[in-house]
Amino acid sequence: MYRPRVIPVLLLKGNILVKSVQFKNHNYIGDPINAVKIFNDLKADELIFLDIEASKQGRLISLDFVREVGEEANMPFGVGGGVKSLADIESIIKAGAERIIINSAAENNSFIKEACLNFGSSTISVCIDVKKKIFKGNHVWINAGTKSISNSPVNFARKMEDLGVGEVIIQSMANDGRMGGYDIELIKEITQNITIPVTALGGAGNTNDLLQAYDEGLANGLAAGSMFVYHGSNKGVLVNYPEKKELEFSRFI
Amino acid sequence: MGNLSSVARRLNSLNSTAIISSDANEILSADKIILPGVGHFQKAMKNIQSLHLEAALHEAVLVKKTPVLGICLGMQLMANSSEEGSVKGLGWFDAEVVKFEVEDKVNYKVPHIGWNSVAINKKSPIMNGILHEERFYFVHSYHIKMKNKQDILNETEYSYKFTSGIERENIFGVQYHPEKSHDAGNQFFKNFIAL
Repeated sequence: MYRPRVIPVLLLKGNILVKSVQFKNHNYIGDPINAVKIFNDLKADELIFLDIEASKQGRLISLDFVREVGEEANMPFGVGGGVKSLADIESIIKAGAERIIINSAAENNSFIKEACLNFGSSTISVCIDVKKKIFKGNHVWINAGTKSISNSPVNFARKMEDLGVGEVIIQSMANDGRMGGYDIELIKEITQNITIPVTALGGAGNTNDLLQAYDEGLANGLAAGSMFVYHGSNKGVLVNYPEKKELEFSRFI
Repeated sequence: MGNLSSVARRLNSLNSTAIISSDANEILSADKIILPGVGHFQKAMKNIQSLHLEAALHEAVLVKKTPVLGICLGMQLMANSSEEGSVKGLGWFDAEVVKFEVEDKVNYKVPHIGWNSVAINKKSPIMNGILHEERFYFVHSYHIKMKNKQDILNETEYSYKFTSGIERENIFGVQYHPEKSHDAGNQFFKNFIAL
């Protein structure tokens, strides 16, 4: 029976792990390779690494880092951060990642199309960061949430599907780091209007939130940051992952 | 081919020696061969042809009977043809590769990405110690359709039942990714190494 993937999203600043709240206030979490080792032991489904400063600094996520993760990880992993050319993608895949996550360069339609043609749809994911503009509703943002490029997340997601993208990650910037649940309406709006898999991100605080994004949001991938690196109400740093039996949910029964 | 390095790493961690090769002599002298691959059917076949590896693969697999394992696209290449391009496959199985045709597009997105159960349809050394309906990691938009049902090793359900593993004599192919499937994947590779 098909089971949705539950995916820790790990944010990088340089070579250290951090966690944000609403894309700001980055807290130090620890050493990313150590986290990979723990997620191996906990048998995580998949991991995502995002270098949140790469685009801003006009560079690519460190290939040495990707190689190091690849040597450790017993599960598939995706990588994002400053990816803007076919050569970038090729070097990341050669370094060992399965999936490429594109955010800022997603405004370049011809690049996205070429990337999907050259590396296959299932290699290319686009992360759609969504935040409201005052009085103007949801917009799509790039460059770590600093530049708006579309006033319709649904239309943007449809365009990505048309260009051949294999999966979209839909992230609520307002819910980021709050651990109060996903933006279910936003996720549902996307999942009901495209035929490629959708991974939910932004806001999950516990396994019930994951279940809700799956049952009500109809998401295929359930991604989160804080939930997998914090423990307890004081947000003590503790890398964790639900037991498999807690994740035995299926809407196909 | 996307998963080359992770397959090689997994094999090396199990005390076997894996080399990544595009050399016909190395292919002919190998004890075992793995065809990995995430990517595009037509591009992969054209690569094999432009590197002049097709004849070596046929000889190693069909004449020398070297055990061979195809993973994901590597398995699909063993079919006669694919809807993903017009170029012919290796043709080791009387089969064609087709795109997922799902009706319920809200619940069943394509590509099929995630962990899914793998049913064991026949006894095979490569399934030793692996539970019936064990979950493996999948990521694909196309799947193989077999003419000879006795060559079906595994089946998996995603909107409908499709063939997720194939086997005939020394030839094995799986749609799932054992190199990314934790303990079950390790067991699978141990079985392949022990063939």
